[in-house]
Amino acid sequence: MDTFLQQIFNGLTLGSIYALVALGYTMVYGIMGLVNFAHGEVVMIGALTALAVIKPLAAAGLPGPLAVLGGIAVAIPVAMLLGFCIERIAYRPLRNAPRLAPLITAIGVSIVLQQLAMIIWGRNYHSFPPLMPATVREFGGAQITDLQIIIVIVAGAMMVGLLLLVNVTRLGRAMRATAENPQIAGLMGVDANRIISLTFVIGSALAAVAGVMVAANYGIAHYNMGFILGLKAFTAAVLGGIGNLAGAMLGGILLGIIESLGAGYIGDLTGGFMGSDYQDVFAFFVLIVVLIFRPSGLMGEKVSERA
Amino acid sequence: MLEVINLEVYYGGIAAVKGISFAVEKGEMVALIGANGAGKTSTLKALARMLPSAGSIRFCGEEIAAVPSHRLIGQGLGMVPEGRGVFARLSVAENLAMGAYSRRGDAQIDGDLARVYEMLPRLKERNKQLAGTLSGGEQQMLALGRALLGRPSFLLLDEPSMGLAPLMVQKVFETIQAVAASGVTILLVEQNAKLALETASRGYVMEGGRITLADSAANLLADPRVRQAYLGE
Repeated sequence: MDTFLQQIFNGLTLGSIYALVALGYTMVYGIMGLVNFAHGEVVMIGALTALAVIKPLAAAGLPGPLAVLGGIAVAIPVAMLLGFCIERIAYRPLRNAPRLAPLITAIGVSIVLQQLAMIIWGRNYHSFPPLMPATVREFGGAQITDLQIIIVIVAGAMMVGLLLLVNVTRLGRAMRATAENPQIAGLMGVDANRIISLTFVIGSALAAVAGVMVAANYGIAHYNMGFILGLKAFTAAVLGGIGNLAGAMLGGILLGIIESLGAGYIGDLTGGFMGSDYQDVFAFFVLIVVLIFRPSGLMGEKVSERA
Repeated sequence: MLEVINLEVYYGGIAAVKGISFAVEKGEMVALIGANGAGKTSTLKALARMLPSAGSIRFCGEEIAAVPSHRLIGQGLGMVPEGRGVFARLSVAENLAMGAYSRRGDAQIDGDLARVYEMLPRLKERNKQLAGTLSGGEQQMLALGRALLGRPSFLLLDEPSMGLAPLMVQKVFETIQAVAASGVTILLVEQNAKLALETASRGYVMEGGRITLADSAANLLADPRVRQAYLGE
């Protein structure tokens, strides 16, 4: 069935992006038990910063993909700096405060960043110039563009890179140790504050790339694009088991596919009563179902510690 | 080597340690004994800068009361925390690698690791296993081996016998004695007063946040007050 395959392709693209953003949520949660609700805004700032660079580069006659690479090259450090500052300003002073306090500053930062972006870039939707190769390929009756393929491959490569970083390197080991017990990691000589900063910086770099992908995929970027995207990525992280990296990846891709399938079939299922604009409902419906039957998420299993 | 003057530790408004002073000389093993809630663990945590405190803590002649916890191992002060504190979701090998975290690029790490494996062969057998799946005694061995990989000159040990079967306790204390014999200075906190005083050369008795007795381990073992309160006689 070509609709089915088509929606799988679309879902995989969307899911790859969700997964990249979800990783940012899950890494921060894993290390400090905090939901960084400002993370969606980092995606948005990444997308708009990249766009601000890409437009003049493209206007100067640079080939499309190079212009996009230039935009990403600027957006990544900007997002990393932003992530670093968010942690420093909004979370570090509250390190020992009750858990509700940093949740409120997270929402505060999110609002401030949206307003800031609105002042800088205005309320209008910015169209993302069609710079990426849009060649359409046919696979078993479904169509897939080169851009979609690039998104899936780049996102996949970044996820593999992150898994290697976290599971194989000295820094990754220190991150996992800090996530488990920052005080005891401190006894080994790990500066928890440094690890937390790095976690925000790495998550923000992924977010910037995800932002450019969203903008390129939908062809638009605007000051509040981070809100619903952030919410869905957070949903993906919870779906997979928040705090678990592989869970965030699985959750992201599953959510993307469920959403696409939902959008593709909801019209038929409801006899045209509901259209594809109900696709968001699917995402959150799935979240509710998972939370009822598996509150710790699909991969959110803990190794029990024997006394 | 370690000199503590007027150490005070507060939880909220409640004083857990009420101005204690004591010293540990290089090469000694000193026991800090006392009942539950006497302030022993709070004292050790303050020494490791895991808890804020008032008073002076001098380590190797330097004031460390303002040094953040993660810098201490670099200065030679290591700690095996209460409840062992192994990283349950890291493998045994990874836990040991964390122990050597502060010694980045040190060519001797591999040799030290081999020595730890030699001293604690169970760890080698299980080095790919997640630390959370080890038995309590194995976890205690791992915590000890991990601390040794930081190459401490001074080791704080918090309740190494807690929750272990008698046979395992004996093994753990044999290892501790081997560590002490290798030249590491040790401050040992224990509820098992008899065992602690039989292992250490000197001891302090803590009660209600204060040091009430200080003497050689042999004298403390013979002291009727200690015998009555802590040795169950």
